[in-house]
Amino acid sequence: MTDASRPETSPRLAVIGAGPAGLAATLAAARHGLRVTLVDAAPEAGGQFYRQPAAGLGARRPQALHHRWRDWERLRDGLDRHITAGLVVHLRDHHVWCVTRRRSGFTVHALLGPEQERPAEVRADAVLLATGGYEKVLPFPGWTLPGVVTAGGAQAMLKGGLVLPGRTAVVAGTGPLLLPVATGLAAAGAQVAALVDSADPRAFVRRSPALAAQPAKLAEGARHAARLLRHGVPTLVHHTVVEAHGDQRLEAATVAALDTAGRVRPDTRRRIGCDTLAVGHGMLPHTDLAEGLGCRIDGVAVHVDDEQRTDVPGVWAAGEATGVGGAVLALAEGHIAGRSAAARLSGREPDPRGWAGADRARAGLRRFAAAMDDAYAPPAHWAEQVTDDTVVCRCEEVTGGAVRRAVTELGAGDVRTVKLLTRAGMGWCQGRMCGTAVAGLAGCPETAARRPFARPVPLGVLARAGSADDEQ
Amino acid sequence: MRLTCDVVVIGAGMAGAACALYASRAGLDVVVVDRGPVAGGTTGAGEGNLLVSDKEPGPELELALLSGRLWTGLAGELGDRIEYEPKGGVVVAADPEGLAALERFAAGQRAAGVTAENVGADQLHELEPHLAPGLAGGVRYPQDAQVMPTLAAAHLVRASGARLSTGRTVTGVLRGASGAVRGVRTDHGEIHAPAVVNAAGTWGGEVAALAGVHLPVLPRRGFVLVTEPLPPRVRHKVYAADYVADVASDSATLQTSPVVEGTAAGPVLIGASRERVGFDRSFSLPPVRALAAGATRLFPFLSGVRAMRTYLGFRPYLPDRLPAIGPDPRVPGLLHACGHEGAGIGLATGTGQLIAQVLSGKSPELDLTPFRPERFGEETV
Ligand SMILES: Cc1cc2nc3c(=O)[nH]c(=O)nc-3n(C[C@H](O)[C@H](O)[C@H](O)COP(=O)(O)OP(=O)(O)OC[C@H]3O[C@@H](n4cnc5c(N)ncnc54)[C@H](O)[C@@H]3O)c2cc1C
Ligand SMILES: Cc1cc2nc3c(=O)[nH]c(=O)nc-3n(C[C@H](O)[C@H](O)[C@H](O)COP(=O)(O)OP(=O)(O)OC[C@H]3O[C@@H](n4cnc5c(N)ncnc54)[C@H](O)[C@@H]3O)c2cc1C
Repeated sequence: MTDASRPETSPRLAVIGAGPAGLAATLAAARHGLRVTLVDAAPEAGGQFYRQPAAGLGARRPQALHHRWRDWERLRDGLDRHITAGLVVHLRDHHVWCVTRRRSGFTVHALLGPEQERPAEVRADAVLLATGGYEKVLPFPGWTLPGVVTAGGAQAMLKGGLVLPGRTAVVAGTGPLLLPVATGLAAAGAQVAALVDSADPRAFVRRSPALAAQPAKLAEGARHAARLLRHGVPTLVHHTVVEAHGDQRLEAATVAALDTAGRVRPDTRRRIGCDTLAVGHGMLPHTDLAEGLGCRIDGVAVHVDDEQRTDVPGVWAAGEATGVGGAVLALAEGHIAGRSAAARLSGREPDPRGWAGADRARAGLRRFAAAMDDAYAPPAHWAEQVTDDTVVCRCEEVTGGAVRRAVTELGAGDVRTVKLLTRAGMGWCQGRMCGTAVAGLAGCPETAARRPFARPVPLGVLARAGSADDEQ
Repeated sequence: MRLTCDVVVIGAGMAGAACALYASRAGLDVVVVDRGPVAGGTTGAGEGNLLVSDKEPGPELELALLSGRLWTGLAGELGDRIEYEPKGGVVVAADPEGLAALERFAAGQRAAGVTAENVGADQLHELEPHLAPGLAGGVRYPQDAQVMPTLAAAHLVRASGARLSTGRTVTGVLRGASGAVRGVRTDHGEIHAPAVVNAAGTWGGEVAALAGVHLPVLPRRGFVLVTEPLPPRVRHKVYAADYVADVASDSATLQTSPVVEGTAAGPVLIGASRERVGFDRSFSLPPVRALAAGATRLFPFLSGVRAMRTYLGFRPYLPDRLPAIGPDPRVPGLLHACGHEGAGIGLATGTGQLIAQVLSGKSPELDLTPFRPERFGEETV
């Protein structure tokens, strides 16, 4: 990998993740003097938010499924220009399984190919982690029935595959993602029988100053809400899904109102017929690569300073990996991270005045995100709805009862011990899907799990990984 | 002063669990305290090989043989729940010199009571069809077995009927005017008992220091690799003869001859590296890479098999590589059951049995002299 237009000696930054944060970082870093290798698992840039309709599916108006289409066009054009100028290399379909430190600099270890079996190593002077997040889903009886999908999964099907997942849908859970998912489904022709959110509207009133300070965000929400009205989607706030029903696949969902303590009010249970149930309870940051590098993790997110630096020298992080707050926040953080990296790798002390606008946006959006996070909380007693025979870990088919017994009978007190005693979280997804649920059932705080391998890696690849590095 | 119980066991790892089981069965009233959950220390971060094959004749091998008999007994009541598998081990040698050394080693073990069968190059693949071609031969050890350590610790504590108090940190050892132990102080009140067992594993030195005595337990880091689940293809515990040298090594630098074993649930475990780097929890590629290289050399088919995860733990290492087991003459009422390095799962049952015999005033069935806790002298910690 050589760049024509910038001296071979100018520092190289590896950006992992080509979502809003990674793209903003790449553009800022390239514009301010770095050579950038942008690495992403997806076939196209864009990340979660600008997820591309797969080429060839012939989406005539992809912008109808996206808002902020103009932001995206600006980023995409910028990326193309820098690639043409030889300042940025975009490695697609590269699944990063690990990043390691060398005596000076870093090696990004990736896998490619249809089976993710071929190794590729990228060396760089510094790395910027913009790996985004993944969806949090809490279990309930019936959630493993075909027809129950994650909210993001439904959205991705709409944006990426342009498939309409079902005819009658219920969108349920909590969080700001449910609105765009419901409107997206409705716009694509599904009948959305209900939008069910466990958030208590009073929580928003209590946090109104932080929310009101972000008129653009509120307007975005209001636009979605108006669209819901237009499509005649009934919204049930302070409600939750109690159970999904069906024989071979989903046929209906039972929903119920919550009382002030966050418990289900049995007298309000009612059944809604549907063949698609899209559920989501917010997002969790991807912290595996940061964790493997030894970066400090606060709760479930990568810890960063004002310049988006982690506590490991040479490692920056931005976007949802550092805390969940939407695409615009990811853009601001990515921009700041890219500017800081460009200055520091060129031996300059960065001048934050250069990114004052992004800084202001970041501050406001983080306050907004914190307020939203408080307001959009899963029902306080959701775990009570998980019956002993509800499967909690789908990979290893571990039930709620087995998790409870590990705690009450065998002396487990944390997610790791529950995992060792029950196998919950030992399967293919390595607990990404069930970690929150297991923590809730075990009654312990949720923490970021240690997964030094962000992706499974063939032993033959591992046996040679980075062997050239140590010889330096 | 009212006594809470007869014995306080500090540590709910494998060693503490076995001490609790045998002490309770000897009729003693036992409380087990741990600052974390059950098996939250090294027991939940290692593997469960119960090996005689890697031990040279001497006190550790005697303890391993006693422990093996006790594990077999426990398997009758708890076998399935603790995933006990008496699968046997196969140690292989790459070349004729290595094989000659291995066979000499096995002959010595045989004289000490180990069952060890020489296996010719032509028979190796009958035992392990997927082994690499061209190996010189090996030795089969039918007494090697395995358990799932976390399940074993949890179910032994449960079967003991001892009271388990988790999330409770011992902050002091209480002593009477005569200097004898009166119990422990914890962050949630005192527990009063005339006997205290230090089963704090890698942290056993810190607990000893709470009682004012020196016990130099050091952490020896190990990584383990776990593959995706596979249909059974590795039947025994298989390792190369240089593993024994790694285990016996004093060196602080990295040693990585791996043991390869299938598990009941399907994943293959590859472990474990050995290096003394303090309590450094960060991921390190060189040991993990070396484990992968060693495993794929033994079983070439593993090249295309994915590692799902890797984890690490800190073995409790004492300078002469023998555990500390038995009463501490410096503090009457204090007993130690820690420092088993990379064999604390296998050696736990024998350790628990010996501790219970001392606690109930019987003479222990093995000579405890080689394990005496005061053997490292009195230098201050
Ligand atoms: C259904 C849904 C609807 C949403 N609607 C809105 C909305 O209306 N308004 C709003 O502001 N926000 C919305 N969001 C949130 C928005 O998508 C995110 O805030 C934003 O995408 C975060 O940007 P990011 O760059 O941090 O991460 P992402 O966009 O998630 O990008 C991360 C990238 O990293 C890559 N990656 C991760 N790990 C690896 C690895 N190990 N190897 C290689 N590549 C890797 C991924 O492939 C991905 O491309 C929505 C999200 C979802 C899921
Ligand atoms: C990678 C690896 C692989 C291994 N493979 C094997 C193998 O195959 N076979 C084998 O036999 N052995 C193996 N071992 C070794 C084995 O795991 C250990 O020897 C054994 O687990 C030690 O058990 P323990 O009960 O002494 O210590 P631990 O399991 O560490 O238990 C000690 C307990 O004491 C508690 N504690 C400490 N201080 C306090 C305090 N002040 N108050 C309250 N509680 C306290 C801790 O929380 C901990 O739970 C391996 C180890 C590693 C790291």
